[in-house]
Amino acid sequence: MNVLFFGIAKDIVGSSEIVFSGDLKKPRTVAALKKQLIDSYPEFSTLTSLAVAVNSEYAEDDVPLKGTEEIAIIPPVSGG
Amino acid sequence: MSEKIVEIVDKIDTSHVFNELSHPKSGGICVFVGAVREFTKEEEVVSLEFETYAKMALKEMDKIAADAMDKWNLNKVIIRHAVGLKEVEAPVVVVGASSAHRDACFEACRYLIDTLKKTVPIWKKECFKNKSVWVSAHP
Repeated sequence: MNVLFFGIAKDIVGSSEIVFSGDLKKPRTVAALKKQLIDSYPEFSTLTSLAVAVNSEYAEDDVPLKGTEEIAIIPPVSGG
Repeated sequence: MSEKIVEIVDKIDTSHVFNELSHPKSGGICVFVGAVREFTKEEEVVSLEFETYAKMALKEMDKIAADAMDKWNLNKVIIRHAVGLKEVEAPVVVVGASSAHRDACFEACRYLIDTLKKTVPIWKKECFKNKSVWVSAHP
C-alpha cells in the first residue's frame, strides 16, 4: 500500500510517499490509516484538519482500503 | 475555444482572459485574480510556494467549474491556478465567469474562488526572511 503526502504532511513524515508493507501494518479503512499516522507522527493531531483521498477523491472515515488504490494524505488546503 | 477551462500552470498570463471568456451570448464577464501580497500580519513575505496534487486538483476544479456553469447558466468559465515559487505581486490564481447578465457572473466568480479555497488540494507556503509557514495548517 503506497500513500502519497503533500504540503505540511510531507514535511511531517519527511517523504512524499510511504509504502505500508511488512512491519508497517496495512490499515483497512480510512479511519485506521489516520489513526496509524497520528500514532506514528503525533504532529498530525495538531493540524486544523486531516483528509484522505482515495483514487483522487475525498474519502470518508468508513471507506475501506484494499491497498491497490491511489491513496493520498490531504492536509488543510490553502490555494488561491 | 472550450467553454470550460480548468488548468494548473507554472506561470499565469492574465492578458488573454478576456478573449478566453468572451462569448456572443455574454453581456457580462467577471474575473478575479489572486496575487502574492507583501505582508501577512505585518510580517514581510519574500515569496509564496505553491504545491499541488495535480490529478485530484484538476478533478476538483472541474467539479467547481461544472457546478457553477449549471447553477448560473454560464456561457464560459475559467479556473487557472499557478504552482511553484511566486514573488510579490505575481498572479497566482484566475477565476472567471461569462454570462448573459452581470449578476450571474459576479455571483459565480465569488463561488469559484471561495470553493477553490475550501476543496482544491493546493498548498501555499509563505516564505518570510527567517522562516517559512504552510498557510492554514494549524488552527
